[in-house]
Amino acid sequence: MYVAVKGGETAIDNAHRLMAEARRGDPAVPELTVEQIANQLGLAVDRVMTEGSVYDRELAALAIKQAQGDLIEAVFLLRAYRTTLPRFGGSEPIDTGDMAIRRRISAAFKDLPGGQVLGPTYDYTHRLLDFALAAGGDPPPAALAERPVDAHMPRVADVLSQEGLIERDRPGEDEGPPCDLTRQPLEFPAGRDLRLQALARGDEGFLLSLAYSSQRGYGNTHPFAGEIRMGEVAIEFLPEELGFPIEIGTITVTECQMINQFKGTKDIPPQFTRGYGLAFGHAERKAMAMALVDRSLRAGELGEDVANPVQDEEFVLAHADNVEASGFVQHLKLPHYVDFQSELELIRRLRAAAIRREAAE
Amino acid sequence: MPETDHQDRRRWMGVLAKAAPEEVAAAWSGLPAIPAYDFLRRPETGLVMVRGRIGGDGAAFNAGEMTVTRCSVRLAGGTIGHAWIAGRRADQAERAAVLDALMQDPARRPAIGRAIDWLAELQEARRDRGAHEAAATRVDFFTMVRGAG
Repeated sequence: MYVAVKGGETAIDNAHRLMAEARRGDPAVPELTVEQIANQLGLAVDRVMTEGSVYDRELAALAIKQAQGDLIEAVFLLRAYRTTLPRFGGSEPIDTGDMAIRRRISAAFKDLPGGQVLGPTYDYTHRLLDFALAAGGDPPPAALAERPVDAHMPRVADVLSQEGLIERDRPGEDEGPPCDLTRQPLEFPAGRDLRLQALARGDEGFLLSLAYSSQRGYGNTHPFAGEIRMGEVAIEFLPEELGFPIEIGTITVTECQMINQFKGTKDIPPQFTRGYGLAFGHAERKAMAMALVDRSLRAGELGEDVANPVQDEEFVLAHADNVEASGFVQHLKLPHYVDFQSELELIRRLRAAAIRREAAE
Repeated sequence: MPETDHQDRRRWMGVLAKAAPEEVAAAWSGLPAIPAYDFLRRPETGLVMVRGRIGGDGAAFNAGEMTVTRCSVRLAGGTIGHAWIAGRRADQAERAAVLDALMQDPARRPAIGRAIDWLAELQEARRDRGAHEAAATRVDFFTMVRGAG
């Protein structure tokens, strides 16, 4: 444990001034604006909003600027800011079936209604550094099709479920508010609602590695990317003073439906099961990893062996949050002088005792 | 308020919430003189927890929060207007609350309604452009039959 220390105020102030100077960089180079970050580093903003668990592009962009581009530090800043705001309530559940589609693909169904819409993507690029981009200049305008994409695109699960080949999720009859880990401690076993909340704000790198482990054999998921869709959804909220729900804005989300082979049990016939991922903004890698981990965490519920890290709810959920993880790892930098002093004394005593025993033998 | 009025009010409140702050400011500046009003609740920023559905269609879960600014005003005649708007723009929330109150006055509704329609058209144009841009990236994959050996 660390203990409180006093002193060093001037040094700490000077260290922060030095950091501010380092953050600004060469004063001859124009300073970044928050608007530039919000517009031109959009995917970094999306990640900070997702893991910071607050949808606000300007706040996330400011956090990125303040953290000098350290995204985990930016997530921490956003989480800290949210604690200063009152909670007005919970939205109506979003309807991703009614999304204004900007991208929608399926790796399982070639000819799905509405078609495969690539949208803005780095897929199929050659990953060659673009030196023209270094020189700057405006890109050509995006192409426009004669006809728009369908206003309503069915989810892949709706297509397969007509034959009963895929499990369906149904809203509960008497649905209370879902569990909220910002209001209650994480307890195990956790319901799927709490698990999804923890995964949604969990670290992308951690979930990505866990998802990868499940594909490599540490957990058997046999997944297909049933559908990935990205676009804007309207948020509805029911203010008490009105008594009816109203739209309070739109947000961009990425949704991933993984579909997984399932051999069935004595109660459930063989069918496809599903893992679900949802992230703020355009965050496809995160949504895919989340869906794979969500499905892996359902092993117990589906009667599969729970034998691998990705299937272990406590291991996954207790370590997915990068603010908690970063805090606990980095607190080792704080003064542990008293602790270390006592350990030093202990080691000295043990050594002295060992030397005495040796001499006596 | 009867159900049909709810539908109308839902629409204009939604349009005001989904408009860009500069668009609401532009619409506001083109309106006839705005009558005096008091605040029942000054613009206040807080959080709304965004809920998703498990699998897209199942039970609700908490996906993450968003910033929201709310405001309530009362016109001199007693009509109350509310606004709940994504983001942290106090000016937009205040204007939207006043416009919500004015829209409830049948005498003022035609003039204010034209401003609401203009905002709705801007949103529709944006959505339409996005739908045409996305459609230009629609792809047909051909499945290649693998040759023997």
